[in-house]
Amino acid sequence: MNGDKSILSILVDNEPGVLSRITGLFSGRGYNIESLSVAETMEPGISRITMITRGDKPIVEQIKKQLNKLINVIKVLDFTEQRHVLRELALIKVHARSENRAEVLRIVDIFRCKIVDSGPEHYTLEVAADEDKLSALLNMLQPMGIKEIARTGSIALVREMH
Amino acid sequence: MELTGAQILWQSLKDEGVDTVFGYPGGAVIDFYDALVNYDIRHILVRHEQGAVHAADGYARASGKVGVCVATSGPGATNTVTGIATAYMDSIPMVVITGQVPTSLIGNDAFQEVDIVGITRPCTKHNYLVKDITKLERIIKEAFYIARSGRPGPVLVDIPKDVTNSRTLYKGIKDIQMESYNPTYYPNTKQVAKVVGLIKQAKKPIIFAGGGVVLSKGSEALTHLARRANIPVTASLMGLGAFPGTDEKLWLGMLGMHGTYRANMAISDCDLMLAIGVRFDDRVTGKTDEFANQATIVHVDIDPTSIHKNVTVDVPVVGDCRLTLEALNQLLDAEDPEEIGPERREWLGQIQKWKDTNPLKYDQQNCETIKPQYVVEKLFEITKGDAIISTEVGQNQMWAAQYYHFSKPNQWLTSGGLGTMGYGFPAAIGAQMAFPDKLVVDVAGDGSIQMNIQEMATAVQNKLPVKIVILNNQYLGMVRQWQELFYKKNYSQTDMTHAPDFVKLAEAYGAAGFRATRPDEVEAVLKKGIETPGPVIMEFMVSREECVYPMVPAGAPITNMLLV
Repeated sequence: MNGDKSILSILVDNEPGVLSRITGLFSGRGYNIESLSVAETMEPGISRITMITRGDKPIVEQIKKQLNKLINVIKVLDFTEQRHVLRELALIKVHARSENRAEVLRIVDIFRCKIVDSGPEHYTLEVAADEDKLSALLNMLQPMGIKEIARTGSIALVREMH
Repeated sequence: MELTGAQILWQSLKDEGVDTVFGYPGGAVIDFYDALVNYDIRHILVRHEQGAVHAADGYARASGKVGVCVATSGPGATNTVTGIATAYMDSIPMVVITGQVPTSLIGNDAFQEVDIVGITRPCTKHNYLVKDITKLERIIKEAFYIARSGRPGPVLVDIPKDVTNSRTLYKGIKDIQMESYNPTYYPNTKQVAKVVGLIKQAKKPIIFAGGGVVLSKGSEALTHLARRANIPVTASLMGLGAFPGTDEKLWLGMLGMHGTYRANMAISDCDLMLAIGVRFDDRVTGKTDEFANQATIVHVDIDPTSIHKNVTVDVPVVGDCRLTLEALNQLLDAEDPEEIGPERREWLGQIQKWKDTNPLKYDQQNCETIKPQYVVEKLFEITKGDAIISTEVGQNQMWAAQYYHFSKPNQWLTSGGLGTMGYGFPAAIGAQMAFPDKLVVDVAGDGSIQMNIQEMATAVQNKLPVKIVILNNQYLGMVRQWQELFYKKNYSQTDMTHAPDFVKLAEAYGAAGFRATRPDEVEAVLKKGIETPGPVIMEFMVSREECVYPMVPAGAPITNMLLV
């Protein structure tokens, strides 16, 4: 899909069916969801959805307005133009036979990952990073052979100004 | 006061001022029907749930109140979907109550179970599954609030059977406040002032009114604005009646695919367009790149998503149409009339020229068969333009829009957005319930009327004197027209020669039926049909291959009109 990437942070009522209202809006109107993650906030009854979507400016404006129109949506924040921190969590299970165990550990060190599981032929790495760093890490690990990967999708918050 | 869920439903409806409900009982709602006898609410038993929703819709459009209907779970609920989608597309305030299997059985593929909340999510303004009886009262209150406020729309409330027959305290909640739902009613004052400035400067302004003007009860303010500032008015199909259709000087007729020549030309030539309560449907704009491309476009709408959705506008005004028009009027009234309606003689003269060169026309005199347009014009004359007109969908709808001139809002009930065949007759039943003493006429085609003809029984049972005018061309006329014009006359599956004898059919239901086959019978049949008490079918055997003109081919610029 064309257009720039937008980071939307959507505060919604924490009720059954709310997520399907949102994803249904996207599929029904032909918008694109690149990544989506949801969890409850500090306030009981309110969840935060972080969504990465793509589209030209008028489309993203329309997406925001359509989201706002849903009764269970409390607030739609657009972090795209604001200074923000953005992270994605990944668990990566990588082949690690004796000849390259040291190499994996070095990469883990460079990228400040954590090893959360190890076996005779694998390590499982945990890393929280933005997209660039994550793809750099995956590039480094590729030659070793990545067995499995699980990613959360991005979450984001605006940076406080000092 | 402790009440059952069923009693809470009816008590809540009473508290909302509901006096009429359309519905159809079934296992999951039997408790509602059991409790109904103790509440002073009229219930109209329809013959199909689709009829119930369209009737509630017609009731809402004619009265301006929230329409209410009830259906049972499963097939009852799914039968409401077409009616809900119809109301959603046209922003009609409605509350649909459906029964659901007991909460303990939800998800088990129980008898007559369906996920109606899931099914109707994309075509309701909002919907609820009530899992807890203590929330029922508040949810019904919210449903009405959401249905009628902001941009109105249908709200569905799905109530499981165990919620219906368990008990809880009824609190009589008065007000509803919702954190996540706060429509903007009052327009930004700076934007309003900007619009006034544009009106003063414009040499060739035009008002394009839509259904939002009718829904917001803004037609009086609109008429004042147009006359005060001397601005000609056109309307979408949904906006008919927002401005007097009998105003010879300023009324341009409908806009768009089957709009008048003068309206389409004027939109393309205007320098200022005040688009009020419209959503720039593709049937209106044609090719959007060439739509009003000379004009500064002002767009007033209560729904921010309507703005910039199909057409990029220069001055967006988010707000209620009536309140915005009143704000505009307030500023304009303070101005010198000479200044705000600067000589628009040239512009109005140009429009008159367009009107004279290409008026709406048909030729009955040189034709031995009945012209459908003639039937509608005669209907207009005989009813003095005072009837509530509902329509089915297709050619009948367009001829009604073109040849019945609407002077008031809420007298024109038609499925604009979804184009639902089978809408008109049940909608007429709903309107007749709202206004028992008014003349209500459904203008129908022979195809559409067969989609909800079973509601004849509803009309007869409830002694509703709805009149049906069938323009019978023995075709699915509008599709046939497209086949004629764009598919080399390949009339694939549009021949409807096999139809019931509509006169006998009316009689079979216990209603009256009349038929006209020659032009000289039209007037007499219309008069007789209208004078006959109770529901009546008037069937007019019309010219089979008559087309609706003007016509803009789909996707073409709206000045690209086929005129005859």
